[in-house]
Amino acid sequence: MEMVNLKINGQEISVPAGTTVLEAARSAGIEIPTLCYLKDVSQTGSCRMCLVEIKGGRALQAACVYPVSEGLEVLTNTPKVREARKVTLELLLSNHDRKCLTCVRNRNCELQTLADELGVTDIAFEGVRNEYAIDELSPSIVRDNNKCILCRRCVNMCKNIQTVGAIDTMERGFKTQVTCAFEKSLGEVSCVNCGQCIAVCPVGALREKDVTDDVWAAIANPDMHVVVQTAPAVRAALGEEFGLPIGTAVTGKMAAALRRLGFDKVFDTDFAADLTIMEEGTELLERIQNGGKLPMITSCSPGWIKFCEHNFPDMLDNLSSCKSPHEMYGAIIKSYYAEKMGIDPKSIYVVSIMPCTAKKFEAQRDELSVNGLQDVDTVLTTRELARMIKEAGIRFTQLPDENFDDPFGDQATGAGVIFGATGGVMEAAIRTVADILDNTSHSEIEYEAVRGLEGIKIASVTAGGKTIRAAVAHGLGNARELINKVRNGEIELDFIEIMACPGGCVNGGGQPIVPAKVRMDMDIRTERAKAIYNEDKALPLRKSHDNPYIKKLYEEYLGKPCGHKSHELLHTHYIARDKH
Amino acid sequence: MSKESVIPFKGTAEQEKQLMAVIEEHKGEDGALIPVLHKAQGIYGYLPIEVQKMIAEGLGVSLAEVYGVVTFYTQFSLNPTGEYKVAVCLGTACYVKGSGDIIDKIKEILKIDVGGCTPDGKFSLEATRCIGACGLAPVLTVNDDVYGRLVVDDVEGILKKYMD
Ligand code: SF4
Ligand code: SF4
Ligand code: FES
Repeated sequence: MEMVNLKINGQEISVPAGTTVLEAARSAGIEIPTLCYLKDVSQTGSCRMCLVEIKGGRALQAACVYPVSEGLEVLTNTPKVREARKVTLELLLSNHDRKCLTCVRNRNCELQTLADELGVTDIAFEGVRNEYAIDELSPSIVRDNNKCILCRRCVNMCKNIQTVGAIDTMERGFKTQVTCAFEKSLGEVSCVNCGQCIAVCPVGALREKDVTDDVWAAIANPDMHVVVQTAPAVRAALGEEFGLPIGTAVTGKMAAALRRLGFDKVFDTDFAADLTIMEEGTELLERIQNGGKLPMITSCSPGWIKFCEHNFPDMLDNLSSCKSPHEMYGAIIKSYYAEKMGIDPKSIYVVSIMPCTAKKFEAQRDELSVNGLQDVDTVLTTRELARMIKEAGIRFTQLPDENFDDPFGDQATGAGVIFGATGGVMEAAIRTVADILDNTSHSEIEYEAVRGLEGIKIASVTAGGKTIRAAVAHGLGNARELINKVRNGEIELDFIEIMACPGGCVNGGGQPIVPAKVRMDMDIRTERAKAIYNEDKALPLRKSHDNPYIKKLYEEYLGKPCGHKSHELLHTHYIARDKH
Repeated sequence: MSKESVIPFKGTAEQEKQLMAVIEEHKGEDGALIPVLHKAQGIYGYLPIEVQKMIAEGLGVSLAEVYGVVTFYTQFSLNPTGEYKVAVCLGTACYVKGSGDIIDKIKEILKIDVGGCTPDGKFSLEATRCIGACGLAPVLTVNDDVYGRLVVDDVEGILKKYMD
């Protein structure tokens, strides 16, 4: 690797060519303030927060986009630099709705942190401020442009990484704002509700539609039997909200906290992930054996589903007809469980804790109901759950580890757990399908080829004399690329896993928000995925079809996978939508 | 909330053919969007959502990006020009003499914004820079007719002349 020598604040350092001044300074222990910069997402040099002096240059330069060169001399802490940064920040603050106390991002806001770090104690410019209506029509995403600092991180995420392009910068000068085309609401356009824009926003301009009040009300209602389920990725990130290191699994404490919040039953969506594998695996085998539509594409990610409905309406038959795991669980809770417990399904209220904002939209889809009852009543994100735990005064880190409730077993399988990371659904499916085709129990069950953060992963598995050609894509830009290849005939596949969020559910739009500074030092997707793969390793059962409670469910109620009852409860269909 | 034009879109097959030819010509070029928008405005007279969608699709960019560019440049218009084009001067002299209030009154009567057009296609409203009639400030024009030294109460009478 070619190295370049330079001096920052008199300190001599050597860094690889192509490094930016910002990265070089950080490696030398020098912090430079940033706002619009976000590693791997946004590098536009537009906010001017990261200004530094370059020896011999007249104007101050943006460190986040300035490349190092041999002999460069950089100064990051001169009066001129400090003054320029402060003025930039004060200008931003002067047109910002500064209601920090009641802001959802209070104490986790990059703007607030900067004001503190740069020692802003007074805002000199008190000018006219823009006043915007808050967009809350979408069931998933709320946009409050009064808080927006126009860093465009969300635009870059939505347009370049997700290739959705639901939002962009409009107008100019003082009227500049980030909105949808024709200033429509996010609820009216091709936004897929992935929430990745929320995850990258440095301030409180984007948030999930908070429905914790609905859940509190249900819990307080003595006539309601309130059941909660938690997705695999939630346990890998919830701890961050309580100061635990990124990548700490908090499964047991999470179950304990949910019980203390007053839920009547605490279930694990992993069980439903096992159920999904039974259904989806069987569906795949049926399609392969009966000449059905291939490649079959997974349907667990509601952001991906809506993306497909808008952009590839001709591919809807390729989508697995399986409902997503938590929707399956909802349907089972309101049928099998209700019957077993002798509870009227109308008085059961199902809450899903998800790492995902798109699940809020999904839960409202008409198709995802049985006999006029929605399968899932309310979806909370990991962040909303953390809010409830804090509000209830539960000292999370002091909690004992507890288990999930019967009658679905206190533990699901490792296959269910790995659903939370990109490649996990594929790996779980292969574990089951390979056993079925070979009519044996394989002991080699870790499929490294489908793990990790490569945008598109290709693998093939041979079992029972058949080769299944598989691919995994995460992030919708990668998904688009892969699907286009399939459509052009560039690649032939049997089975595709797609997750809308980069890295999969562990990095979902409903997960705890990690500031840009931390994201420069580590890849949160890798850390959180580790928690999940470790949990998989530690579980006694690691294949969905080995789950005894799944077997029991089929014996007692469903009959066989993809049978009549399954189709009634666990499968769905999709709708072609307008491109824009 | 939506800024979509309330005027029903009346594009013809002929216009669409012209637009497609323009898109074909510029497709793949760097910065194709702006020249295509210019020509599209030439063809249709304005850039309604229907036209912007065709351009987005044709060039493979998002509708939001197209709309962002349309609203960035003042020469692009989201609404057609009305049968009567009402223009109020917002130059310094006129502004000081209260053309802001005149414009507000027009907005109130016609129920449209600056840049808008009434649903019947009769009136459109524009704010202009100094038109060089400062002696008459504040000034408004309706097509070629000029009205000067206005007070807010004059507005209704002037517009009445062009109604029905
Ligand atoms: S939720 Fe996803 S699709 Fe919608 S605006 Fe945000 S990033 Fe774009
Ligand atoms: S909404 Fe947030 S991420 Fe998007 S431009 Fe505004 S401040 Fe930046
Ligand atoms: S310009 Fe460098 S962080 Fe915004």
